[in-house]
Amino acid sequence: MTPTATLGAIGRATASGFGALGRFVAFGAQALGWALRPPLYWRETLTQLVLIGWLSLPVIGLTALFTGAALALQIHAGSSRFSAEFAVPSITAIGMVRELGPVLGGLMVAARVASSIAAEIATMKVSEQIDALRTLAVEPMQYLTVPRLLAATLAMPVLVAVGDAVGILGGWAVGVTRLGFESSAYLRNTLDFLEFWDVASGLVKAAVFGFLIALAGCHAGISAGRGAMGVGAATKSAVVLASVLILAANYLLTEAFFSA
Amino acid sequence: MIRVTDLSKRFGPKTVLDGVSFSLAKGESLVVIGSSGSGKSVLLKCLLGLERAEHGEVQIAGLRNPQPRAIAAQVGMLFQGAALFDSLPVWQNVAFRPMRGTGRMPRQQARDLAVETLARVGLGPEVADLFPAELSGGMQKRVGLARAIVGDPPVLFFDEPTAGLDPIMSAVINALIRRIVTETGATALTITHDMRTLRDVADRVAMLHQGRFHWQGSAAEALTTEDAVMRQFTLGQVEGPIPTLR
Ligand SMILES: Nc1ncnc2c1ncn2[C@@H]1O[C@H](COP(=O)(O)OP(=O)(O)O)[C@@H](O)[C@H]1O
Ligand SMILES: [Mg+2]
Repeated sequence: MTPTATLGAIGRATASGFGALGRFVAFGAQALGWALRPPLYWRETLTQLVLIGWLSLPVIGLTALFTGAALALQIHAGSSRFSAEFAVPSITAIGMVRELGPVLGGLMVAARVASSIAAEIATMKVSEQIDALRTLAVEPMQYLTVPRLLAATLAMPVLVAVGDAVGILGGWAVGVTRLGFESSAYLRNTLDFLEFWDVASGLVKAAVFGFLIALAGCHAGISAGRGAMGVGAATKSAVVLASVLILAANYLLTEAFFSA
Repeated sequence: MIRVTDLSKRFGPKTVLDGVSFSLAKGESLVVIGSSGSGKSVLLKCLLGLERAEHGEVQIAGLRNPQPRAIAAQVGMLFQGAALFDSLPVWQNVAFRPMRGTGRMPRQQARDLAVETLARVGLGPEVADLFPAELSGGMQKRVGLARAIVGDPPVLFFDEPTAGLDPIMSAVINALIRRIVTETGATALTITHDMRTLRDVADRVAMLHQGRFHWQGSAAEALTTEDAVMRQFTLGQVEGPIPTLR
């Protein structure tokens, strides 16, 4: 390729990237607009709370358990280099609730939920169910997107709160069995040094991640192309988009919350 | 009841509808035939306001170029693949519209209406609590039909009601459509490439070819006309003006 052709290709790729981002943001704004308008389809919202929240608990729990355990081992390895092993409980807890709980939880839920939302809605589109909704006087944004956004935004903080607790328990289990901590001392150390905002900031992150996960899933589903290929492409792009958005939003929120 | 003037619709470079015009009086039953991919479904979607035409005007029940929501109470639609909501049981599919929006029915009343409407398409109450995925293609079509006719809307659209069904089931569905249209006095537009649907359901026939209504006439004339496009289509001949590689 000649330099100009290369530049042209980069330019086109950038433009289409921004175009896609623009469409996604516009979709989000539209969804929020519909969320403020009655009716709220509460039956669908409750169903989605079960599908997104309740059924994600095992995934979140297992992720947090192993992450908390590994984190305690790593922090012990690091802190022992300058004889600061006493800090293992509190740093494990802080790392879990401020960062790894929401981020890893978000990524796991993105894999589970954004994909299934996208596949379901894309299939509905391919089989003309979205058209059918509109001919039955129901706006798909309001019936499909709003309940999923609401459910994911409400469920994620609860899921991450559970994950935080399980992760700390994972650290505690490793601390007590492998690192020679005394059980009650480990827990006291954790609670004494954990501040309210450590936990709350992680839960705010979780709510934002939940919103982004559902939004990415719905957007990919509703803009799916025709046929089985369309469903596959929508599912993939939902997971990729949700994951990247979570990581980017995590950085921005961390800057906003903690850079003094 | 329905008036369509010079309707045109393109997808990218491809012109699908190129100046379709017709009108349909109250209580009339029009059957639109045309080869696969000729734009029959696109025509229906333009009528329903699901696709926006580049050019031309649609009037349904006194409304010009209406949004789907505006005519939902006036129009019942059977989609080509039935388009039932798989997450809902059959009765909630049928009573979907009566259960929502302004003036919605209480749950029990909606269920009774659904069971009643299912009976009109020959389905017993035991079907009401099944999910669409548990039904055969013919039963799904019947449920789609029930969803279209619930509340007796004055306008009915059917998109290939017999596609994918065996000849016996096709005859059953055709007879159901004929009976519903006669009983309710609805204005009906049926899309098909099934000659038996044409014979059973049509007062009038129109042939969609190259983006327009190439031929219009009565059902009897449709089967006897000398028009080359019509003859090739109704007789199913390989040779003729309709390209077979498309
Ligand atoms: N949403 C769409 N985007 C692009 N092309 C479409 C779309 N819908 C229909 N088409 C094209 O329009 C043509 C007519 O389609 P359709 O109306 O479904 O045919 P049929 O007469 O078999 O119902 C086809 O070539 C189809 O590929
Ligand atoms: Mg079609």
